[in-house]
Amino acid sequence: MTEFRLPKNSRISKGKHFPAADGVSNIRKFAVYRYDPSSDDNPRVDTYDVDMDNCGPMVLDALIKIKNEIDPTLTFRRSCREGICGSCAMNIDGGNTLACTRANDELKGDIKIYPLPHLPVVKDLVADLTNFYAQYASVKPWLQSRTPPPPDQERLQSKENQELINEPAACILCACCSTSCPSYWWNSDRYLGPAALLASYRWLVDSRDDATGERLDELEDPFKLYRCHTIMNCTQTCPKGLNPAKAIAETKKMMVERKH
Amino acid sequence: MSNNGRPLSPHLSIYRWPITMTTSILHRVTGIALSIGSIVLVAWLFGVAMGAESYAIFLSYMDSILGRVLLIGWSFAFFFHLSNGVRHLVWDSGRGFEKSTANASAWFVLILAVILTALFWWIRL
Repeated sequence: MTEFRLPKNSRISKGKHFPAADGVSNIRKFAVYRYDPSSDDNPRVDTYDVDMDNCGPMVLDALIKIKNEIDPTLTFRRSCREGICGSCAMNIDGGNTLACTRANDELKGDIKIYPLPHLPVVKDLVADLTNFYAQYASVKPWLQSRTPPPPDQERLQSKENQELINEPAACILCACCSTSCPSYWWNSDRYLGPAALLASYRWLVDSRDDATGERLDELEDPFKLYRCHTIMNCTQTCPKGLNPAKAIAETKKMMVERKH
Repeated sequence: MSNNGRPLSPHLSIYRWPITMTTSILHRVTGIALSIGSIVLVAWLFGVAMGAESYAIFLSYMDSILGRVLLIGWSFAFFFHLSNGVRHLVWDSGRGFEKSTANASAWFVLILAVILTALFWWIRL
């Protein structure tokens, strides 16, 4: 449901300030969303002064430095630190992206960091993605074939057929796109969101998949697909440069075209 | 959906609006404005049908400062909704989804709507 204000328990209060040590000259302020599930306090935004002369180039480097040297209670997900696992997806400077591929130098002023928008917060920058993953599973993201594979070889594709799925298959499921989408904010219980729809499209256009009809039937619903209003936040924010908005438009086209 | 008492992460209040999000919201706002404006259109026709006296009353209302501001607003709403509606038609054909194209077309329809509104009132006055 469309609710513009945050619920009472989610409103953000003023947090603590962690000043830099004496003698540090090159300071950058990081304002980070904090929520401690073991206390009854509302979320807050803590500010850390980071010594940029002794910090790696990426936002993730700064977060790790804060956790190691300033405040060990700071909690966030990270793994590959090279933009392929999708773990460190968060809202940085007002846009969803991966902390490991966003350079501090690209950002102006204080760096504001929040968890991915409009999700239940588990702790600090860690949001609950249970619904997001369930929606991904609901589009049956695997090959559904009715025909037996050739006895002596794999199911081959032409170069052109492969090119159709190259881009949508490069999605890392970081959830940046879905949680950037206002339609998803208001209707995530019924609208699948750009990430799941991009995954669905990847199988709709796969020349080896035989379930195109059933896949489209599943999406024929006022909410699952058609809550996309081409706001384009998904494509604007995707840290991998993919285009879920276009995939959704192509899916809507397939819906119309199969009627003729 | 149960959140287990977990807080909801902030959304509208922290998200930086891309221009395409702005035009999307504007499309909806202008659509609502036009629906309300159609009541005024009916009042206008009603005024004509009721004769010269009631028409004069209608005109005196719409000729006030507030009336003029509303009319200018409605004309902008009309031209924006129209231009952006055509943009949506192009999108429905699967074209114009590259980031740079979508941003450019957003600015284009915004500026076009302002120009058309200005032109409309310039011709009228």
